[in-house]
Amino acid sequence: MAMQLSQLEQNIINLYQKGFPLCSHPYRAIADELNSSEDDVISAILTLDKAGMLSRIGAVFNHKKAGSSTLAALAVPEHELDDIAEIVNQFEQVNHNYGREHYYNLWFVVTAHDDKALIDVINSIESLTGYQVLVLPMEASYHIDLAFKINFAESATGKH
Amino acid sequence: MSNYISQHNEQLSDLERQFVLLTQSGLPIVAKPYQQIAAQLSITETEVLAMAADLKERGIIRRIAAVPNHYKLGYRFNGMTVWDVKDEDVSEFGQAVGRLPFVSHCYLRPRHLPKWNYNLFAMVHGKTEAEVQQYRTQIKDLLINVLQVRNDDSDHGVKFKTNDMLTSTEILKKTGLRLKR
Repeated sequence: MAMQLSQLEQNIINLYQKGFPLCSHPYRAIADELNSSEDDVISAILTLDKAGMLSRIGAVFNHKKAGSSTLAALAVPEHELDDIAEIVNQFEQVNHNYGREHYYNLWFVVTAHDDKALIDVINSIESLTGYQVLVLPMEASYHIDLAFKINFAESATGKH
Repeated sequence: MSNYISQHNEQLSDLERQFVLLTQSGLPIVAKPYQQIAAQLSITETEVLAMAADLKERGIIRRIAAVPNHYKLGYRFNGMTVWDVKDEDVSEFGQAVGRLPFVSHCYLRPRHLPKWNYNLFAMVHGKTEAEVQQYRTQIKDLLINVLQVRNDDSDHGVKFKTNDMLTSTEILKKTGLRLKR
């Protein structure tokens, strides 16, 4: 994949991770700040979106406040991993699922509208898979700023 | 099952829930995105903007922003570093780890002894495996004096380590928040 990002596209990714104007014409506001036009900003965002480089543009919700959420893990035999992952993924309430190299080899995030719904999902996963879920809800967060600067110069998306 | 997931949920009004449902996978990429949402909710654009501002104020929306896909941008390697930090030190040192520029998330989570002895989680991201390993070493240097050294628990056949790093083998699913109606 050797997609070369334009300066405008790079700026949109790096300058607007932490937030952008909440107003009637947000993309025009971005265009004004970047000395560009509303149409160019919209088309750059559509390009990034289509290429999958933006997960999305929009609200980042606090899962804890918008509902109930936890990190969870399963320890399953390697040959069952794909089948078990499929069972876990069928739940809409599961929004991340990673295979990881460890005794606990399946790691996922469960988010539901309240605690009871969350516990129901975990119980269902346990009964469908036959394995006990390690439940690790966040107790404190020690990080405020989730954005980190993308280094395009050394990026696989740039030329070397 | 007991209510082990401590919560401070904020109540969302029906309209707010509908707003979350409509926007959780992203804003429309059109000149007036909030106008489009307003039409779908049968309210005015001004009301949508006020609701979004209020949700931000209450901390339900962290931010409205461009959310990059780090994997697609070349950050193919991530490591979930996990640490068994002494309880009395975890708050101070957790904050120090959270300030490291290469750490994207840093959380306190419960231990489940004897199966799981780690209480501090820090996610690191890099373009190579060596880069991610080096970040783990930097975190270890910071925590070296506050790690809990536990005796092997031979009854359970568990050997306790002070830290570990779980690298991802594959992404099996990744979506934003998906609240159900």
